[in-house]
Amino acid sequence: RKEKKYIDQCWKDVTVGDFIRLSCNEVIPADMVLLFSTDPDGICHIETSGLDGESNLKQRQVVRGYAEQDSEVDPEKFSSRIECESPNNDLNRFRGFLEHSNKERVGLSKENLLLRGCTIRNTEAVVGIVVYAGHETKAMLNNSGPRYKRSKLERRANTDVLWCVLLLIIMCLTGALGHGIWLSRYENIHFFNIPEPDGRTISPVLAGFYMFWTMIILLQVLIPISLYVSIEIVKLGQIYFIQSDVDFYSEKMDSTVQCRALNITEDLGQIQYLFSDKTGTLTENKMVFRRCSVAGFDYCHEENAKRLESYQEAVSEDEDFIDTLNGSLSSTAKPRSHSCRTVHNGPLGRNHLAGSSSAPGSGEGASEVPHSRQAAFSSPIETDVVPDTRLLNKFSKIMPQLFTPLDETIQNPRLEILYIIDFFIALAICNTVVVSAPNQPRQKIRLSSLSGIPIKSLEEIRNLFQRLSVRRSSSPSLASGKEPSAGVPNAFVRTLSLFSRVKLASPVEKEISQMSESPLGSSNSTCHADIEKQSGDAGFANGKVESRPGQPLVSNLCYEAESPDEAALVYAARAYQCTLQSRTPEQIMVDFAALGPLTFQLLHILPFDSVRKRMSVVVRHPLSNQVVVYTKGADSVIMELLSVASPEGASLEKQQVIIREKTQKHLDDYAKRGLRTLCIAKKVMSDTEYAEWLRNHFLAETSIDNREELLLESAMRLENKLTLLGATGIEDRLQEGVPESIEALHKAGIKIWMLTGDKQETAVNIAYACKLLEPDDKLFILNTQSKDACDILMNTILKELKKKNQASPEQTLLNGGSLQPPVPQDTGLRAGLIITGKTLEFALQESLQRQFLELTSWCQAVVCCRATPLQKSEVVKLVRSHLRVMTLAIGDGANDVSMIQVADIGIGVSGQEGMQAVMASDFAISQFKHLSKLLLVHGHWCYTRLSNMILYFFYKNVAYVNLLFWYQFFCGFSGTSMTDYWVLIFFNLLFTSAPPIIYGVLEKDVSADTLMQLPELYRSGQKSEAYLPLTFWITLLDAFYQSLVCFFVPYFTYQGSDIDIFAFGNPLNTAALFIILLHLVIESKSLTWIHMLVIVGSILSYFFFALAFGAMCVTCNPPSNPYRIMQEHMLDPVFYLVCILTTCIALLPRFIFRVLQGSLFPSLILRAKHFDRLTPEERTEALKKWRGSGKMNQVTSKYADRSAVKSGRKPMSGPSAVFAMKSVSSCAVQQGNLSVCETALDLCYSKSKVSKIA
Amino acid sequence: MTWSATARGAQQPDNTAFTQQRLPAWQPLLSASIALPLFFCAGLAFIGLGLGLYYTSNSIKELEYDYTGSLDTGNCSACAEADQDGAPPPNCSCALNFSLPEFFQGPVYFYYELSNFYQNNRRYSVSCDNAQLSGFPSALRQPVNDCAPYQYGAAGLPIAPCGAIANSLFNDSFSLWHELPPSGPYVEVPLDRTGIAWWTDNHVKFRNPPLVNGSLALAFSGTAAPPSWPRPVYELSPDPNNTGFVNQDFVVWMRTAALPTFRKLYARIRQGNYSAGLPRGNYSVHVTYNYPVRAFHGRKLVVFSSISWMGGKNPFLGIAYLVVGSLCILTGFVMLVVYIRYQDQDDEDDSDD
Repeated sequence: RKEKKYIDQCWKDVTVGDFIRLSCNEVIPADMVLLFSTDPDGICHIETSGLDGESNLKQRQVVRGYAEQDSEVDPEKFSSRIECESPNNDLNRFRGFLEHSNKERVGLSKENLLLRGCTIRNTEAVVGIVVYAGHETKAMLNNSGPRYKRSKLERRANTDVLWCVLLLIIMCLTGALGHGIWLSRYENIHFFNIPEPDGRTISPVLAGFYMFWTMIILLQVLIPISLYVSIEIVKLGQIYFIQSDVDFYSEKMDSTVQCRALNITEDLGQIQYLFSDKTGTLTENKMVFRRCSVAGFDYCHEENAKRLESYQEAVSEDEDFIDTLNGSLSSTAKPRSHSCRTVHNGPLGRNHLAGSSSAPGSGEGASEVPHSRQAAFSSPIETDVVPDTRLLNKFSKIMPQLFTPLDETIQNPRLEILYIIDFFIALAICNTVVVSAPNQPRQKIRLSSLSGIPIKSLEEIRNLFQRLSVRRSSSPSLASGKEPSAGVPNAFVRTLSLFSRVKLASPVEKEISQMSESPLGSSNSTCHADIEKQSGDAGFANGKVESRPGQPLVSNLCYEAESPDEAALVYAARAYQCTLQSRTPEQIMVDFAALGPLTFQLLHILPFDSVRKRMSVVVRHPLSNQVVVYTKGADSVIMELLSVASPEGASLEKQQVIIREKTQKHLDDYAKRGLRTLCIAKKVMSDTEYAEWLRNHFLAETSIDNREELLLESAMRLENKLTLLGATGIEDRLQEGVPESIEALHKAGIKIWMLTGDKQETAVNIAYACKLLEPDDKLFILNTQSKDACDILMNTILKELKKKNQASPEQTLLNGGSLQPPVPQDTGLRAGLIITGKTLEFALQESLQRQFLELTSWCQAVVCCRATPLQKSEVVKLVRSHLRVMTLAIGDGANDVSMIQVADIGIGVSGQEGMQAVMASDFAISQFKHLSKLLLVHGHWCYTRLSNMILYFFYKNVAYVNLLFWYQFFCGFSGTSMTDYWVLIFFNLLFTSAPPIIYGVLEKDVSADTLMQLPELYRSGQKSEAYLPLTFWITLLDAFYQSLVCFFVPYFTYQGSDIDIFAFGNPLNTAALFIILLHLVIESKSLTWIHMLVIVGSILSYFFFALAFGAMCVTCNPPSNPYRIMQEHMLDPVFYLVCILTTCIALLPRFIFRVLQGSLFPSLILRAKHFDRLTPEERTEALKKWRGSGKMNQVTSKYADRSAVKSGRKPMSGPSAVFAMKSVSSCAVQQGNLSVCETALDLCYSKSKVSKIA
Repeated sequence: MTWSATARGAQQPDNTAFTQQRLPAWQPLLSASIALPLFFCAGLAFIGLGLGLYYTSNSIKELEYDYTGSLDTGNCSACAEADQDGAPPPNCSCALNFSLPEFFQGPVYFYYELSNFYQNNRRYSVSCDNAQLSGFPSALRQPVNDCAPYQYGAAGLPIAPCGAIANSLFNDSFSLWHELPPSGPYVEVPLDRTGIAWWTDNHVKFRNPPLVNGSLALAFSGTAAPPSWPRPVYELSPDPNNTGFVNQDFVVWMRTAALPTFRKLYARIRQGNYSAGLPRGNYSVHVTYNYPVRAFHGRKLVVFSSISWMGGKNPFLGIAYLVVGSLCILTGFVMLVVYIRYQDQDDEDDSDD
């Protein structure tokens, strides 16, 4: 700093009062007040995605007084004092003032504050002074520590550990009591009651008391302390496998699943309720312009739709190639695929190919797709819009007519044309989009020709800009806004000629679009020909455009908008040659293909807010020189603001009404298709009107009291009597694979709730689109304005639902219904519930909670729209705490954070909206579709693995420790261990520790494919089938039995012989080892070489240890005497016989049970496991059969059916079943034709369904 | 080619069989059809083994004679009841008569059996000093505390061998007499008292302390005998190779029994005319009755047993194998029924579906 230079420092060294200079794309290290920005307007753009998840750009203002300074703030000369409030966690508030040395105070607000964690964008450099640093920054204060989550399984295991403690205490009490009684019989026998060193003997009571503690030490292994260590290791292994699953890898983002919580993997297998955000989670949050309606005509942009499809095809084609050819493309396949893909891209390339190189060389064609996909800001899918041919025709037709005087000879087609022009102007300018080239700050483009000249002040910029525009307007074809009359004649001729050419070109284009429908059929040469023709056509059509000096920039322009919708609209406008060229606070330059750049003088912007739900720009139209208000907003709002009485006369008024009706129809249609709708309207004002409004508005702006209200009023004054221009439909595209995932999760018995801030229509449409709701679902909409109404409505719906469900009485109560293995087709009713945010507020109140939950439990899907982040988390909390179910929340934005934190498992989608959700989540995935594999496969695996391992651990400990306990009955409960202490320790630590861990990590009851194909298998996890309290007790019983066998077989064998203590313990130990390891083999559903290695290794290590110990330990470890025992026993056939017999008897019951279970009453999972052994063809057959039986409810009633079939050879499951069986068998005959089979099956299902309903 | 290179990101996990959990695995599907042969095979094998064990065990002869007292087999009851305290009078001796109706196939092992004697009582079984028994002079002078209260004698001398186990050394002695010609004079049957302990115990684990001036007694000087021992440890046997800590009786006793009823080997009969076994005739066991068992309701027995590859007589193992084998066969049949009926069923399902 001494050298008057900024020095690089670590973030940790930043302290309050430091001056920090940051360049573009740097992350802000501390909360600081903005003092200087290279932006001439004193504006700094920041991206706050790190804080609130919003990826749009926000503006921050240099502190007043500093904005006017011409050079960078000199820290040495900074003599002002900053006073601000103490650090707090409110991101949206900052109060303080800056006191200059002359006691002049300047207020500071959040507009001046750069928050830590944000990123500087589009601004070359900024300088600020740090006000909060380190832990005092707002970002850090917002960071509440992570909630400690403990998995359900672990909680379950903990209670069972308590049972084990109880068992231990009982056993120790038995020991103590037994010892006391035993000793009381021999109190005076010095053989047994060995006196203390001082010669006194201990009383039996005292000895019993001592014995209690001795026993605790002896039997403490019963409490599986090592279980916790093993669980952690197993979870680490599971997480390793989850993270290395290649299916979770998203190439686009080069990211895979992130497990941020290490201790709740098994909860993934028990999810019952899923709460999903919509935007960015289910949808891509990439807005794609799909349709528009202008002046009552719907332009459906079919080509665009086609392009979107073909885009996907192209992508999948790409992937196919990567998969199959793996980089080494055969030379024959290569050119064909490329050229054909280029044809696919043909329509979309029409626009941007024109600007860039349009030679479709086979090599370039290949690299183009991935390249453009990796474009810095948005993918081509978003930016490229293929114009609707019809609209384009009209659009190009009317361009010249702009220059005919506007107010004369207005006829219907003319009016429509005017509408279209205005519509696109509105699209292009009614926004807050920032224009930039990719990866470059804004200035560089705007001043590209002047980059050498230093920027002195705003005034100078303005001058420069004017010079620039003057220079541009002097080029021959330009019509500048300043001098409209001068440009007119020239441009008129030009555009006229262009018009004719475009018209000529359009049939060719149609041909191309036809070609693109059947591109694969066309041969190589025709492909090439088409491309050439098309590129020629493109170049032809845009020939003028390209020749102009400024134009090449167009293809490089990037629009960065506050909301993706805006960008989508601007891109759409660009597709119609109405390109937003640049934007300054004073001017907006729009480049029309036909006219060249038009500069709109920007008079005013009324920014978007959620109350008005609209935004407006006031501009001076360069051609008509009128003041025009363009308004864009939600359809419901705009429709109310439309002018009732049009000044143009009755016929026009009528036409407006017609347009309104038509547009409304289109809007409804769009909404039905799940499009986000916006209405575009305009209003022409006279200068005097505007001046008057401006005066009032200025008053409102400057007023101090209730400024917001006044501003709102002022906006209302401006935005009225609008003329409807049209409407747009923007698609928030569903993410890839979302409907399939939702369907699978539904089948898996997971109840899915969609919680979104979007409006009802959009939410419902998305719900339909992603198959959350089925078309034949019964929808109940809860949208009330008062609590009582909500109450009544819920009651009615409940009654109705109950009435309908009486047919299926097994669906009884609250969560009972959801936990049944339901066969949805059988219940005959699928209900969906839509609830709005307002009503949700009532429903979440104490008195209505129960009712609400009961209602939702009847519904397959619940959609909450207009929900606030807080409501989202409250809903999750309510369901979680009241229904006692496992919940999962998935979201991608900052508004989902609270919900993610509250749920049992929070999943963050690392997508568009920054990292906030990911940071709060337990698992982060890159796409929603990965959720199904995460839950269905890994969740299932983790849960079954871990629960089986925990049960096995309990079993292992109890079985082994009980051996010691049984021995106590034969040694006077004196706490003798017949095993050497080292062996005792190592038994758990070495010989039997690795197999359960391997079992917990690698066990695979059903293969991943089967689990994905049969989501029903997930239900076993929801019902905690693998680890019920009963299972625990059965396991303990088995452990008791096995330990009894393991003790008493050697006992009876060696009874009355001359065997000594440790020689007696040896076969016990050995047999126990074999029993415990083979028990694991029986329980394992899959054994790999790793299992084998570990089990064999364990056995070998045991023998090695025992032999080594027996050989070396002559006098070591005094009380025990292992010397040569193993060696002696290894030579003794009886030892082997005892071990074999013990092992067999101990394992026989479990083995028999498993065998009988396998053939008599296999669980779903066991049945599914059979699929893993089949060949792919058999598999598809079997799967179909499975699904068939599932649909006919044979899964549950299979055994009844079986017995019925067996006894009378007459299927009793009703006529539908008979029909189904027949049709299936007929299918089986014609094995060759699978599709016929399928249709037949479908037919029979529908019939059976019908018959059941009837 | 460029896209194939760029397609693989840095984050992409390895696609191997291990990381993708696709390792080839043996997936045992336990069902009747698989278990069926297993059960039959195991059952047959077990029954075979069981029969073998059973016959082996049956071929082993075993004779047990309780000499605690109160029985009519001898006159030991006098010794047993001599003292109401439970301790027999000193130097009481008695005889136990029995007759063998037929030849007792040798080699014959001579055991004594104690019942209800808890050698496995923890405080008892830890009460010895392995280091002392291994002949370390330091341990001889300073026995471990485990030996208390038999650690130091009344005079403060260290007890050798210390501890409760050694103190309670079984001190009855037996001799076997055979009435050689019927109703003739008794001839003593030679008892081989060597080799009754484990070789390793006798030669490695138990060592006498280094001799002092060639004398074992001097090596043990400065130590006291256990309180209940009539003589010091170096006088356990007149045989210099069998006295002190390496006395075989002592070594056998020190290997604490696992269960409260136990046998310990006393001698082997394998010399002279008796190497093949005990001929039929009348026998008499002369007992020097020292060891008190009445106090803890224990019993003392002498046991003659022949021996086979599977050790002493033990019918349990054979019977257990037979039972388990039969169970396996039985289960096998059940499985067969299950298999037939449900296999049938499955086939039907397949054809029906």
